[in-house]
Amino acid sequence: MNTLQKKLSVAGACVASMLSAQAFADYSVAIAGPMTGAYASAGEQIKRGAEMAVADINAKGGVNGQKLKLEIGDDACDPKQAVSVANAMVNKKIVFMHGHWCSSSTIPASDIYNEAQIPMATVSTNPQVTERGLKNIFRIMGRDDQQGGVAGAYVAKRFAGQKVAVLDDKSAYGKGLADETAKGMQAKGMKPALRESITAGEKDYSGIVSKMKAAGVQVLVYGGYHTEVALILRQAQQAGMKLMVMGGDTLSNNEIVTAAGGNADSVLFTFAPDSRANPAAADVVKRFRAAKVEPDGYVLYAYAAMQLFQQAATTAKSVKYNDLRKALAGGSFNTVVGKMSFDAKGDLKVPAFVVYQWKGNKYEAVK
Amino acid sequence: MGQFIQQLINGLTLGSVYGLIALGYTMVYGIIGMINFAHGDIYMVAAIISVTVITLLAALGISAVPLALMVTLLVVMAFTAVYGWSVERVAYRPLRTAPRLAPLISAIGMSIFLQNMVQLTQGARVKPIADMMPGQFNLFTFDGFTVFLSYTQLMIIVVTVVLLAIFTYIITRTSFGRQQRACEQDQTMTALLGVNVDRTISLTFMLGAALAAIAGVMVTIYYGVVDFAIGFVAGLKAFTAAVLGGIGSLPGAVLGGLIIGMLESFWSAYYSPEYKDVAGFALLILVLMFRPSGLLGRPEVEKV
Repeated sequence: MNTLQKKLSVAGACVASMLSAQAFADYSVAIAGPMTGAYASAGEQIKRGAEMAVADINAKGGVNGQKLKLEIGDDACDPKQAVSVANAMVNKKIVFMHGHWCSSSTIPASDIYNEAQIPMATVSTNPQVTERGLKNIFRIMGRDDQQGGVAGAYVAKRFAGQKVAVLDDKSAYGKGLADETAKGMQAKGMKPALRESITAGEKDYSGIVSKMKAAGVQVLVYGGYHTEVALILRQAQQAGMKLMVMGGDTLSNNEIVTAAGGNADSVLFTFAPDSRANPAAADVVKRFRAAKVEPDGYVLYAYAAMQLFQQAATTAKSVKYNDLRKALAGGSFNTVVGKMSFDAKGDLKVPAFVVYQWKGNKYEAVK
Repeated sequence: MGQFIQQLINGLTLGSVYGLIALGYTMVYGIIGMINFAHGDIYMVAAIISVTVITLLAALGISAVPLALMVTLLVVMAFTAVYGWSVERVAYRPLRTAPRLAPLISAIGMSIFLQNMVQLTQGARVKPIADMMPGQFNLFTFDGFTVFLSYTQLMIIVVTVVLLAIFTYIITRTSFGRQQRACEQDQTMTALLGVNVDRTISLTFMLGAALAAIAGVMVTIYYGVVDFAIGFVAGLKAFTAAVLGGIGSLPGAVLGGLIIGMLESFWSAYYSPEYKDVAGFALLILVLMFRPSGLLGRPEVEKV
């Protein structure tokens, strides 16, 4: 080896050691979701919540003496992009992932995190998320079969004797939820008058609206995201229909109020109990509002996911996969959205769903 | 019966929207033989601008619908034409002599650029406007089903027919139209005959963008919500309509749009909305098998 080569290799080793020293100085935690694309407003909620949580944790000295560094991945709710985001995150050596958001993104991405031994906490509600026996995944929200059961029973009771159509948007989340809600209705002896699927991302739903009108449908059970259901509501109003909608957690997005053009008050949806009223969340809620962010929808869930990591890593005194996973699986955590503990599949032990209705630009629980 | 007529009206309206956008595709294809994949996003930009203009007019207290509509159309067409011109100048003109694949790729790039630009500058949230032309004609009631035609639907259908007539006139009867057709046949020869080819192509892009602008305004008023992602699906459907009707032919674009709109509307009413796109594209394949240049298209003549 000549001197030049020696010098170079020494220099290289120095650089490498500096780089790795820097890379391990912080804990990299990550969020992933639709930061762009049609559902980007949900991604924004997740980002706001996680950023505030990381800032708060760092202000209190970080986790195990290490500061947290937040990585943000954008999957645009596209399963293919979700996989490449997951690979990029693995390369960035993250120790914890909050995401993804769309079930159809979470499912393929979770295989990659599982292989790379990265624990994750998600709000995706499709049952398949935790039904595949992956050990690294924890769901901090209920499942669609629970959500659909609550929604189905509610529809069967409140709208007894009326004609109900069940629609979905063909997504993993939407179709799963619509199927489960229909099952819940049937368990209470109510049969859907129509069962159809629509294509998400379009603007014109007048075809299906006229079909519902001809069938005399009064209630729509919708599995899917808020953008499409808002358009259906507008077009139904134009067609002279009075349509009530029952949907899932994604309809908690306040974008629906403006998008539905004054029809949002007829939207019901199931969501976890409103954590903004939690005493534990009071301080955080106040600071979100001071920063002009209304902590609705997924904001507090993103915050809670980071708290989950902080508490588990503190108990485990490590962020190694096995220690962290064991702490997450066995522990009980106090978060801004309430107490959390997980069953063997990684689902919440005590999930709860409440039926809400939009009133003006707020939603309220209904009996 | 009631539903049948209603679906016919729905299909005509949707088809007119597709046809309006398809007109822009077909005009550009007619002159430089290139698919302007950024056209759907130009339409999206127009729709976003129209939300701004309509909101601004409402804030200024201009509430007379015909006046507000005219002002909106003019302002949006002007702005969008500038977009059309810039896109051509930046993304297509430098590649005019390049192999055909190159401008296609730069068109897709332009489309992604426009979409992301709007998302970053305007935000990802949907932008709603209040119903500008509320009201409808209740045509008749059949078996308890009231068939309606809203003012907006009527306006969209009429505007499409009128624009088709105007643009057919421009291309077949004016000297500008002659220059366009000359450019289509042979750009070098046209230039030798003293026609400013660059100017003609630029103007065509601006006209195409103005058409997209009108479609954008109509859709904003009709559906009431707009976001940065609407260009993709609409562009794809309009492109299909243009190919179905015979790309390069103006009446073909509108005919293709109407066929796809009606097919979608009837298919979702009588079969299942799930498979309406399958039906649309299956029809496209069938037509192309028997008439490769589309319903009203002329087969390309190889010049020797």
